[in-house]
Amino acid sequence: MATKQHLTRAQRTTIINGVVCFVLVLVILQLWLLTATMNAFLGGDVSVVWPALGASLVCLLLNLGLLRYI
Amino acid sequence: MPTHDQEPDSVGVTRSNVDEPPRDPDDISRAPNPADERNPPEWRQDFPIDWPKDELVARREFAKFLVLTSSAFAAGQGFIAARHLIKQRRSTLPIRFKITSLPAIPAAGVVFFSYPSEHDKCVLVRLKDGTVVAFSQACTHLSCAVIPKVDEGVFVCPCHEGYFDLRTGRNISGPPPRPLPRILLETEGDAVYAVGVEERTTV
Repeated sequence: MATKQHLTRAQRTTIINGVVCFVLVLVILQLWLLTATMNAFLGGDVSVVWPALGASLVCLLLNLGLLRYI
Repeated sequence: MPTHDQEPDSVGVTRSNVDEPPRDPDDISRAPNPADERNPPEWRQDFPIDWPKDELVARREFAKFLVLTSSAFAAGQGFIAARHLIKQRRSTLPIRFKITSLPAIPAAGVVFFSYPSEHDKCVLVRLKDGTVVAFSQACTHLSCAVIPKVDEGVFVCPCHEGYFDLRTGRNISGPPPRPLPRILLETEGDAVYAVGVEERTTV
């Protein structure tokens, strides 16, 4: 009979550490995207505006998905 | 006979109450009120007594804060996109504006003017070889007014020591991330006209 595995606090802390690492990498990526897009936009290059918005929203959705695990 | 698996409580406060929820073996302290044990109040979760609980809460809160930051960055991207849309709708034909006449500018002379609106300060420079160039006067770092130094061949931003090439407007050193926007010029007879602004990321 399958039973729900009960994780110890130490195991949950490890999972949260992993999730925090993923979220941190995605947030740094978003920061880079924002600065690069702002520089391009102020320099008159608007071709990156929509792709960068899409990429940033994908990162946000991934982060929200990861948040459900903690 | 115990009703559920009980683990030895070697440390911490124990109670004789048998109606307790299953606990982690690494939990140490217990709430004095059994009702708090099942549905702990928020303050007890936010300010735990034991280190393992405290570390868990701190990481979880940090992750939530990171996701909030992620939302802010996505909102920032949305703001840029909105600015782009507004700029597209407001775009009008470039204005043709007479700046000055060529004989009025001496060699290595400078003329200040506003273009395309009265709030956009610009500078026109007649180089030593007679070439006329014009750029926006707003530094691309934090929009301080740049000062032309014709003898040294540079524009200097006095706020943070940013340097731009006088001939091309290229950012040479300091914090400015982009070249100065170039004012497109046309000459008609002796008159010099501004006919557009060229924003650039590179020269």
